[in-house]
Amino acid sequence: MAKIRGSIVVNIDKCKGCEVCMVSCPTGTIAMAREVNHKGYYYAYPAHPDLCIGCASCAIVCPDGVITVYKTKL
Amino acid sequence: MAEVTGIKEIIKPENLVYKRTSVMTDETLHYCPGCGHGTVHRILAEIIDEEGLQSETIGITPVGCSVFLYHYLDIDSQEAAHGRAPALATAIKRLMPEKFVFTYQGDGDLAAIGTSETIHACNRGENFLIIFINNGIYGMTGGQMAPTTLPGMKSSTSPFGRDVKTMGNPLKMTDIVATLPGTYYVTRQSVHTPANVRKTKKAIRKAVQYQKLNKGTCFVEVVSNCPSNWKMTPVQANKWMEENMFPFYPLGDLKDPEKQSTEQK
Repeated sequence: MAKIRGSIVVNIDKCKGCEVCMVSCPTGTIAMAREVNHKGYYYAYPAHPDLCIGCASCAIVCPDGVITVYKTKL
Repeated sequence: MAEVTGIKEIIKPENLVYKRTSVMTDETLHYCPGCGHGTVHRILAEIIDEEGLQSETIGITPVGCSVFLYHYLDIDSQEAAHGRAPALATAIKRLMPEKFVFTYQGDGDLAAIGTSETIHACNRGENFLIIFINNGIYGMTGGQMAPTTLPGMKSSTSPFGRDVKTMGNPLKMTDIVATLPGTYYVTRQSVHTPANVRKTKKAIRKAVQYQKLNKGTCFVEVVSNCPSNWKMTPVQANKWMEENMFPFYPLGDLKDPEKQSTEQK
């Protein structure tokens, strides 16, 4: 079976750190950063990028639409 | 644009699975973190994009948190007086029947000041889509009690919880309009999990299709959260919504023409 690998891009300027993506991620890829963006929010970032399967759950549930998802078969 | 990325080798245009639709403008949404409005805006924009309706759509924006809808969606839109969006949508749809017309209203707009406009527009069976965002509170003005506030729910004007004896019962607008003969498709959805977002998107897409066929009013309620005024984190607010809002406002189709026709057979 081909292994599916995904990758996300988070626009940290627009992220408001609501954590909804973090709880929606089935593989625990996303975590909240310890730094803040220019508005003072702890933004989401792919803390464990190897785990990402490109399911786009985070992007679908993100209220601000800051996540772009890529997926490929290896 | 500052951004953080996962594995860089995968990030190629041919591997793209999901990106923010071009019908949404680049402006940052003014909503509080975790607010369901942003998600509903986005799925609406995606449907407009996928159906190729960008130049055919006229949106009616309400008074409430979503008053700046026209900043975020790159479509023609018209601001209505408080609660009067269905009246305005009636006029626009009758003058320009070939356009796709929707109203986007919160519970303070649709269920309080705009009750009569909503009920009469639905009763006349005007051919447009009403999107109703229900978070049980007046979000923009500081968390006052709305007609949809649950019994016992705290708000800034009911600090000890809504007392049904003195403050009345919550109003289930969606159940009311489902009983009217003019409505064609009435449903209640939510946008707090990926699965629910997909279901809501499907419901709105159905409503768009029905409007093309001139079937009558379609009414999509989205039970949403208000983390700021419920005084919770977004994740807590979603959990609270599941535990308290959903038993009172159960999700699902209240009037589905496809199901009705199969039942009759």
